[in-house]
Amino acid sequence: MSINVALMGVQVKVAQLFNTSDWTWVLNIAFYGVFVAFIFYGQKIQMYVMLNEVGGSLFRLKYIKEEGRKIAVETVKEIGKPQADPTDKIDRFLEYFTIGPQSLDPAGVVWKLEHILDVRDTRLKDEVKLMAPASDETQVNNLENTLEAASALNFIYKIVRHYYLLGKKTKNLYVILQIQMILPLVMREAEAYASALKAFAYGQPIGDGAGALVAAKLMHGYETRKVEKDCVVASVPFEGRTAFVIKAEGPGGNVGKPGDAIKTVIEENEGKIAMVIMIDAALKLEGEELGEVAEGVGAAIGGPGVDQYKIEDSLVKYHIPINAVIIKEDVGDAVSPLRKEEFDATDKALERVKQVVMEKTKEGDKVIIAGIGNTIGIGQ
Amino acid sequence: MSGNQNQTTNRVSSFVLIVVFLTLALSLVALIFGATVLAGYVNIGSDLTSAYILLALGILGIAISGYVVVEARRRLMKLKVAVSPVMTTLECKKCGVKNTREFKRGDYIFKETEDPCQKCNDKMLITAIYKEVKDKEKEHLQF
Repeated sequence: MSINVALMGVQVKVAQLFNTSDWTWVLNIAFYGVFVAFIFYGQKIQMYVMLNEVGGSLFRLKYIKEEGRKIAVETVKEIGKPQADPTDKIDRFLEYFTIGPQSLDPAGVVWKLEHILDVRDTRLKDEVKLMAPASDETQVNNLENTLEAASALNFIYKIVRHYYLLGKKTKNLYVILQIQMILPLVMREAEAYASALKAFAYGQPIGDGAGALVAAKLMHGYETRKVEKDCVVASVPFEGRTAFVIKAEGPGGNVGKPGDAIKTVIEENEGKIAMVIMIDAALKLEGEELGEVAEGVGAAIGGPGVDQYKIEDSLVKYHIPINAVIIKEDVGDAVSPLRKEEFDATDKALERVKQVVMEKTKEGDKVIIAGIGNTIGIGQ
Repeated sequence: MSGNQNQTTNRVSSFVLIVVFLTLALSLVALIFGATVLAGYVNIGSDLTSAYILLALGILGIAISGYVVVEARRRLMKLKVAVSPVMTTLECKKCGVKNTREFKRGDYIFKETEDPCQKCNDKMLITAIYKEVKDKEKEHLQF
């Protein structure tokens, strides 16, 4: 009986609520209310929507960063067999920073930059050796790459968090807007580093190594010797010419210093080099096919610019022409395990190199073919 | 670390869960009331409008609660970065037999492995390591 009474009461209330004239009033007031609220608080509402969006991405970044740290700790423990827990050392490593050289007077800035990068590299390698004493040289290189990827994720997370919290504190739309606009690109980069971490931890070849793989295919089966720094060179008979094929020494994660290596080979041959061809992975534009091969002129090499400077310097000294063959891929593919399309593209790039050598040089000439990129998971 | 991990996996806040639970409970009550009226247990005349409104509110509430739960679950799944398996191709230098297996730590391109060739028992060489990504259906772009 009491249930029936309650139900009747609810029904009467609902019927009253939806009485047509009352309902019109409510709708009118709500409409004007929303209109006025948007006039005065539109920007604030927009800011909260943006903050929420950045907050969601920040949460994902935090998850990715923590996963990266976990992988780094596990890999160091597994490969390095340290006696003590390396977690504290790894946490310290993740916070490392490098201060670039002062460029108010730009003369000599390349050498200053090179020196700082050398010091950084030595320092990081020493740290890795300390935290993973049982690892060999290849594993030290791979661990260094793994930790650097984890460090990059940590850095990305901190930058996004900085803008998020600053926006929240200042309640300023334009502070939040800065990070919200580039967020999709930042997330893509973070995801790329996340997949790179596993590749580095396991020593798998990555997309960036496509250039090094072309060189490895050329030099495989021929005697190699080490050249400065962390590079190998092989003298290979190539379509009636002599090709000095250069790549970073694998299979550890290493890019070497191709600038020094090319300079050494040019000096050894007293500048009598008919042509230099560089093969490298390059960022593709949206709409371009993954693994597309293109050719052009110039030094195809990324990084901070020290090696490009050295290569161009040596080439100018002896007036040696330089050609480039690139394999196109996006930022995610460049640092994640090599894809089949990229692997197949190395054969196409090799064909293109042959074509360029045949067209631009004559029999008996000496050419330098340099495969640029991280040679992780690629021997020679 | 473990504390952080737990925080990470508990993305759905307890406040949202309470709101979802309350909405679900109220929606169920509205549905029951509406259904009871329609079934003829309570008769307050011929006006069935309020019964339909209660039913609609109930269904809407359940749909919204369900959507929030599904969306929260989808967000949790999206957190993980998908990784495709990496394959290693081994090739016999003598007879050219090719063999593909999953990547093992220590594999690298141009490594002579201890795995013997199934045909001639010679050592095999790793000639390729790559991942095959199954692309979603290619978008038909105008450009």
